[in-house]
Amino acid sequence: MRRIISVLLENESGALARVVGLFAQRAYNIESLTVSPTNDKTLSRMTITTDVLNNATLEQMMKQLHKLVDVLRVSELTQSPHVERELLLIKVRTVNSEGREEVKRTCDIYRGQIVDITQHLYTIQLTGAGAKLDAFIATIDEASEIVEIVRSGVCGIARGDKALRG
Amino acid sequence: MEMLSGAEMVVRSLQDEGIEHIFGYPGGSVLDIYDAIFQSDKIEHYLVRHEQAAVHMADAYSRSTGKVGCVLVTAGPGATNCITGIATAYMDSIPLVVLSGQVPTFWIGDDAFQETDMIGVSRPVVKHSFSCRTAEEIPIAIKKAFYIASTGRPGPVVIDLPKDVQNPLNKFPYQYPESVSLRSYNPTLSGHKGQIKRAVNALTSAKKPVLYVGGGAIIANASKQVLELAEKLNLPVTNTLMGLGAFPGAHEQFIGMLGMHGTYEANKSMHNADLIFACGARFDDRVTNNVEKFCPNAKIMHIDIDPTSISKNIHADLPIVGSVEVVLQQMLDLIEETKATNDSESINAWWDQINEWRAKKCLAYKTSDTHIKPQQVIECLYKVTKGDAIVTSDVGQHQMVAAQYYPFKEPRQWINSGGAGTMGFGLPAAMGCKIAFPDRPVVCVTGDGSIQMNIQELSTCMQYNIPVVILLLNNRSLGMVKQWQKMFYGGRQSHSYMDSVPDFVKLSEAYNHVGIKVDTIDELEPALERAFELKERVVFIDVAIDPEEHVYPMQVKFGSMQDMYLSKTEQTDA
Repeated sequence: MRRIISVLLENESGALARVVGLFAQRAYNIESLTVSPTNDKTLSRMTITTDVLNNATLEQMMKQLHKLVDVLRVSELTQSPHVERELLLIKVRTVNSEGREEVKRTCDIYRGQIVDITQHLYTIQLTGAGAKLDAFIATIDEASEIVEIVRSGVCGIARGDKALRG
Repeated sequence: MEMLSGAEMVVRSLQDEGIEHIFGYPGGSVLDIYDAIFQSDKIEHYLVRHEQAAVHMADAYSRSTGKVGCVLVTAGPGATNCITGIATAYMDSIPLVVLSGQVPTFWIGDDAFQETDMIGVSRPVVKHSFSCRTAEEIPIAIKKAFYIASTGRPGPVVIDLPKDVQNPLNKFPYQYPESVSLRSYNPTLSGHKGQIKRAVNALTSAKKPVLYVGGGAIIANASKQVLELAEKLNLPVTNTLMGLGAFPGAHEQFIGMLGMHGTYEANKSMHNADLIFACGARFDDRVTNNVEKFCPNAKIMHIDIDPTSISKNIHADLPIVGSVEVVLQQMLDLIEETKATNDSESINAWWDQINEWRAKKCLAYKTSDTHIKPQQVIECLYKVTKGDAIVTSDVGQHQMVAAQYYPFKEPRQWINSGGAGTMGFGLPAAMGCKIAFPDRPVVCVTGDGSIQMNIQELSTCMQYNIPVVILLLNNRSLGMVKQWQKMFYGGRQSHSYMDSVPDFVKLSEAYNHVGIKVDTIDELEPALERAFELKERVVFIDVAIDPEEHVYPMQVKFGSMQDMYLSKTEQTDA
């Protein structure tokens, strides 16, 4: 089961290493991890996507995270309404005008933005859930040659009143 | 405000924290701190012969007193030599503060001489760690370290101290914080009221209850509550290896240690129970045997201060997060208030059944005309010390025999490496206990494999005159390894015997200690008597025991709790 865990932790050196170390040490899987300071600079917010076998593993994972001295709050997003987004930056090569038009069209359909252009290279920015980015990559791969890809990993937030605060 | 250097702040902070004893080894990165120690008359420092031993000494000092143990070592190898000791403390939830030197901040990352990333190396085996990058951070880091180490589920904390931060020429205002609070760290002590009510209901309505008490009860100082609850409801009590002493070993309601080498009656009672009440125990694999077959008819009630221990290995039907002491007291108060009782008829029937299992006398053994049996040695030790010694042990057969045949009267009397199973723990542990309790008899029960893993500490004993008794159960082999090889590896004794065991009597004498060799059963008791009479000397008793003796009962691999080998020829019905 794919699960998204949000973690609020002290923005201190070593805190990230403790979280990553915990996952390695207990053989938990990390599919993606994003981390950045929050509006309160003493805190960092982390989003981890993981694949767990069952709820018992998920529960143990969350308890282990919470046990880390640096960690303030832990919550799981996928079991209630939430928004998840990922940023994709992709650089593609096209050699003719037909290709360039196809890239532009695909980009518009997916509501991506072209953020850099050279004679043969387009750099496109796209945000969305992972599946949308996957679909875009598959489509653009047919219209052009993919030069490089970078994905941010998932950022998630609960809908409505729920909030993860210090 | 008083102006102190970083090095002086370290020593003053320890003093202000109330630290009286510290165990360590100097080196380049901590010379300034050692200089400050030299000028302090409040802290007694013990110079070990290997840093691992310093950690074990501080660890056992903590286990026997309940205070936080403290260690000071230099960077690089000084720090990495501590890792086994730190891991040992971590597995058994022992509060330690380990101060390690580090290369100056401006060299960190340059592979400087004796540079090791101690924070990184120790990370998986510490509760938390701090790296001080300025002198001003030192007092608060030390305050936090002691607070974190000793509260909640205790554990070791490392503080990394770069050399330039200690610089004796740079002085800063010093004030030791009176208290500390961390927004991200708030251990839960008292149990949820609803759960307490449910727990009392479950416990009083159980027909076949077992109180399964672990090391958490000792750490929480909950023995009084355990005894009161057990006596009030006439409950059978079993202890884990770490929990021995939490309930009096000679008490009528004590059914022995449980698990891999637990008693027949303890393991049978667990398997057939309808309610298992775990107090500060963590359903370790050495207790549960095959979790799929674990106690099929039992409801599981579990108190633990660490939420991750609950439902980790065995699902808890009734979890209670909190300190064992506080939660049991809450339960006792509620029982008192509601006059709750259990059905004495069904409890008596349960006891009849348990006593039937007890009658099997699973710890009975055959004596021999030619060999001393290890069980005899421990029974004799119990007799000579009247059950009052602090007993430390190493790891292996001797450890299990000591756990089975020395009924511990009180908590903090049995000191062993349960979770990590660290050979070499016993001797430095005994020293740590003796430093804490100079007037109590302290004995290290050890084996010929284990004792040689930290034997250099005989020298530390000599320097500080730490008069412990070392009781070596010498079978010229790695007994537990050999037992497994005999039972499960076709008897192939791959590297499990000692081809050149030294003359331990001569070795002890080389360190100016007393060495006694015991070869026959008649020599045993006089040797032990003499050892405990020589109160000012380290006495090393080398007892030649039967090399073929196995530890029984022993659970059958992949079986349930009640599947056991009872002797070399006898096994419970499958």
